[in-house]
Amino acid sequence: MKLRAIAHGRTGDKGDTCNISVIAYDRRDYAHIRREVTAARVRDVFDGIVFGEVVRYELPQLGALNFVMTRALGGGVTRSLALDAHGKSLSSALMNLEISDLTVEPVA
Amino acid sequence: MHDVAQRHTFAEVESLYRAKPGAVSETSRLKLNIERPLRIGCGAGYSGDRIEPALELVERGRLDYLVFECLAERTIALAQQEKDRDAQAGFDPRLRERMEAVLAESRARGITIITNMGAANPHAAAACVRDVARRAGVDSLRIAVVTGDDVRPELASGAYRSSETEEPFPADSVVSANAYLGAEPIVEALQRGADVVITGRVADPSLFVAPILAAFDWSLEDWPRVGLATLAGHLLECGGQVTGGYFADPGFKDVPHLDRLGFPLAEVSPAGDVVVTKVPGSGGLVTVATCTEQLLYEVHDPAAYFTPDVVADFSRVTIEPDGADRVRVAGASGRRRPDMLKVSVGQYEGWTGEGQISYAGPGAVARARLAADVVAKRLTTMGIVASDVRYDLIGVDALHGGASVPACEPYEVRLRVAARTATEGDAWKVAREVESLYTNGPAGGGGASTVVKRVLAMESALIPRASVPWRIQYETVA
Repeated sequence: MKLRAIAHGRTGDKGDTCNISVIAYDRRDYAHIRREVTAARVRDVFDGIVFGEVVRYELPQLGALNFVMTRALGGGVTRSLALDAHGKSLSSALMNLEISDLTVEPVA
Repeated sequence: MHDVAQRHTFAEVESLYRAKPGAVSETSRLKLNIERPLRIGCGAGYSGDRIEPALELVERGRLDYLVFECLAERTIALAQQEKDRDAQAGFDPRLRERMEAVLAESRARGITIITNMGAANPHAAAACVRDVARRAGVDSLRIAVVTGDDVRPELASGAYRSSETEEPFPADSVVSANAYLGAEPIVEALQRGADVVITGRVADPSLFVAPILAAFDWSLEDWPRVGLATLAGHLLECGGQVTGGYFADPGFKDVPHLDRLGFPLAEVSPAGDVVVTKVPGSGGLVTVATCTEQLLYEVHDPAAYFTPDVVADFSRVTIEPDGADRVRVAGASGRRRPDMLKVSVGQYEGWTGEGQISYAGPGAVARARLAADVVAKRLTTMGIVASDVRYDLIGVDALHGGASVPACEPYEVRLRVAARTATEGDAWKVAREVESLYTNGPAGGGGASTVVKRVLAMESALIPRASVPWRIQYETVA
């Protein structure tokens, strides 16, 4: 399944650093998302775009992760040659990530 | 720190206000030590934002304060160039339009306006607001002008280095250098009864933090409360981004009436409860999901969100529904503010040249790729020196490059070539190589466009607070 089926997110930019939130629609899916969407997998998604590190912050009470990626925006919005210099569209690439299906809990 | 000589300006004209029949009473004007929830609206989240949502907030939001946040990273550097050309320019080009829309109505309702639309020239912005007030028949208007963020002379001393490159700033290339001021000068202006506060560079959340601190008489050093106010400001500062803008995704995240998106307002109680909402009946929506996305927008470590006012801690924030289009946020805190202020430094960094051309129908992608190959060879043949060149196929891989997921071939595709050059001449050569594909390139190339821009790039530096003496000047329209 695609991450998009159970999560949403938003990109923010500050200089050459990009952050992308990944937020569970249903907080019960947070543990699954946390297992699946690791910093290493996010780094793979943005291979060729992100040249720095990827750090993941966890906000379990919100069912949310925050990925912070350095050297990610072609030098930053004011000097980037990219069509999407802010990287606004990058969250959509992350939502396309293939993750393992949620296991259905048997009804007691 | 600030200009003491100006401090009594309001007092001097006070008798004049009191003599005016129908003038707004001092108590509603000052909004100090109030015991009900304060209502703060965001009338713009960036310079080009829509105009009418702010008027909707004024007319139907029962606001105490209306904030316009209009300074992006580079805006003030561009404004500084304007000011260097014309001493009366360099403030937000849409200030007049926004003020014509809301000033008279705000004044009639006792709503105080706070904005960073002063950009590089807050005094000229104030003159513009005075003019709007006079034409609209608004009298007894008190304007506070906050300056001191421009630290170009200090930067020119050569004592500062770029936070990004660790290189010193060459004095001749610095176009602008503006320190991020905090809430402090705005708090003072509000406590002295300003109806309109105009600033240059102030940290975005601080524009909202100030009225909260002023109204409840919270200390600028009450770090947990400043953190809480910063959370409210952070959620509001991008306008429609918390009410359903930058959010809709049909079938997954549906948003009603995006065409008439309502802008947000926050209710902040004296006990520190914060509710984000919008005007009933306006478009958009305020939900836990919209607020969670905006909470993390442009945030790195949620436990350490740096502003001039505080190191805010959003790591334990909770976001819960509180009725239709009402969301309650809690749990923010904060630690002592940083000793150093961030300075945003604008510098020229060469030029960019860009050209685009479209192909459609069978073989469109192959023709666009051939076109890219032709341009690449031409740039080499012509000896054009570019430090960086991009070849994007819009519709295929322009947004995510190598991270794009291959799909079936699109019906149409647009080649985009963008290059960074040292000279304007070389930038034009790049752009024209794309344009000349009309007659020299693959079949069916249409809709070519060219653009050349001088690069005004932003870097940052840190400066001691003591080196940034802010000032407030009070002006009146009697």
